[in-house]
Amino acid sequence: MNVVETQPAGAVKEECEAVIKVRGLRNQFGKQVVHDNLDLDVWRGEVLGIVGGSGTGKSVLLRTIVGLNRPAAGRIEVLGTDVLHAPEAERRKVETRWGVAFQDGALFSSLTVLQNVMAPMREHLKLSQNLMKDLGALKIGLVGLPHFACEKLPSELSGGMRKRAALARALALDPQIVFLDEPTAGLDPIGAAAYDDLIGELQRALGITVFMVTHDLDSLYAICDRIAVLAEKRVLVEGPIETMTDVDHPWVQEYFTGPRARAAQVKGSRS
Amino acid sequence: MTNKRPNLHVEATGNETVVRLTGALLTEHLAEMERPFAQVSANAGTVRVDLSDLTAMDTGGAWMVTHLRDRLSRAGAEVAIDGGAQDQLALIRTVSAAAPDEEVQDAAAHSAWAWLEEWGKSLVGGYHNALSLISFLGQTLAALTRELSRPHKLRWASLVTHMQDTGFNAVPIIGLMGFLIGVVLAFQGATQLQRFGAEVFVVELISISVLRELGILLTAIIVAGRSGSAFTASVGSMKVQQEIDAMQTLGLDPVRVLVVPRVLALLIMLPLLGFVANLFGLFGGALMSWINLGVSPGMFVTRLYENTDVSHLLVGMVKAPFFALVIGVVACWQAFQVKSSSTSVGQRTTSSVVQSIFLVIALDALFSIFFAELGI
Repeated sequence: MNVVETQPAGAVKEECEAVIKVRGLRNQFGKQVVHDNLDLDVWRGEVLGIVGGSGTGKSVLLRTIVGLNRPAAGRIEVLGTDVLHAPEAERRKVETRWGVAFQDGALFSSLTVLQNVMAPMREHLKLSQNLMKDLGALKIGLVGLPHFACEKLPSELSGGMRKRAALARALALDPQIVFLDEPTAGLDPIGAAAYDDLIGELQRALGITVFMVTHDLDSLYAICDRIAVLAEKRVLVEGPIETMTDVDHPWVQEYFTGPRARAAQVKGSRS
Repeated sequence: MTNKRPNLHVEATGNETVVRLTGALLTEHLAEMERPFAQVSANAGTVRVDLSDLTAMDTGGAWMVTHLRDRLSRAGAEVAIDGGAQDQLALIRTVSAAAPDEEVQDAAAHSAWAWLEEWGKSLVGGYHNALSLISFLGQTLAALTRELSRPHKLRWASLVTHMQDTGFNAVPIIGLMGFLIGVVLAFQGATQLQRFGAEVFVVELISISVLRELGILLTAIIVAGRSGSAFTASVGSMKVQQEIDAMQTLGLDPVRVLVVPRVLALLIMLPLLGFVANLFGLFGGALMSWINLGVSPGMFVTRLYENTDVSHLLVGMVKAPFFALVIGVVACWQAFQVKSSSTSVGQRTTSSVVQSIFLVIALDALFSIFFAELGI
């Protein structure tokens, strides 16, 4: 199997720094092994898309990196900290440097959108109430939600708006890494494209690193610098999307040369 | 990492004020930067915000800079931002484009008018709720009669399950409650009646108060807390999961499928549970009278038979179906009011219990007046 190792597009080699380093990761639930000896690097400032068939453990990988799932073996370094073995205080510190947007938002249903965005600030920063409100409103503006959304409860928002609100909460502490779980699932094509643009724009403007689990071929073509394919319990290949069609693996071939991929490619090259 | 603490210097030379920012202006350091930023003032003239020594900046920092700029320009100063790296200036542009124009308003001040407005709103809201509840009662009664006129169409499996949940499974707690009520009445009655040497009247005290009022009232209260809350929570979660919408699109009437079996189960089981509570109440009372006052079981039964009319039992039992209807209808109505969030399931469950207990007690008071007027 040929593993393609590449640097993010346009980056000079010495600027590259792995913000997430996963080595020898093993995850298993009972007898079912999801990951075995999985290695992955995420470079600073890139948008990495994780793809893979159902049940290959894309979300499990994300959950493991952010500490929601304890792996059976392996080592995970985020921003230079070994998150599995670091003392509690150090772990908390790293946690404030990343933001996670879950698939259905996972917004706190009893709080308004603004209070949701302010919740992490309240916990980790000693800011005045007014400044927190202003910063919260700014994050909500940054993700393209109208101002009146601040006072709404999550249940009063549409699915697309909830996803944006979740992104605003993930950005609350100005994180260096943002994890997105299926960010465009369940959005209409126009909403999904707008969300893709938003992520690309924020990534450029704020210089964040984006770790994205996705199935959306359009997103892969539009904003991902690199793609990592999960198969056979590990990262089968990683690299820019152009290199994917050369990979000699039946699943990868079918995924990246199927009719949907061709349509997305045409769209991606047009934009 | 260039994580040097940020700093802010102000140099005023004649008509020009220079605000020099140094270090890393990051969100994590903003707490200490709030005051310095707020203290910068310039009444007129030009202000130059110099970012050339800034090592890092994020959106929080960029917002502080844009906010300073906007505040000073509103005060009449000419503000220029310079010296920043290309990406820092770009970030400031992004942030000032995204920041809302209007200030975030504080929660409305609690003036007398706001209080009056709230009061009026809740009054009108209560009126609408009452109307909605009554119309739901009508809907349920209509569906109930329709179902009972075609018993072969009734959902027997569902009905029996609910009868078991609300009735049979509640027997231990209802029995224990009834027993304890009897014990308490005998004990309290005895200490008072002994002072007049009228211990033997404790039998009437226990039998009349348990059979007429306490047995059925306390049973209804326990059932409201036990089954009413369960109805609201389970049907309410179905509402959150859009199961009720799905039911409607499949041509199933939610009132017929969900409400009728539950209300019917309560209508059948609550009188029976009340009867169980009565039995245990009398038993507890008899036991306590025997131990405490020396009224033998035989004596108790004889006095019960001679001096307590069966009408007391009937007065108690006739209230049971009304209580059952109140509990079932309030619980299901509250469940249908659930909005699409899990918080509202909790809120509605609480109000379901509170409302049904309140209505049961109010109804009981009305029955007391009614029977007193009739002289029963």
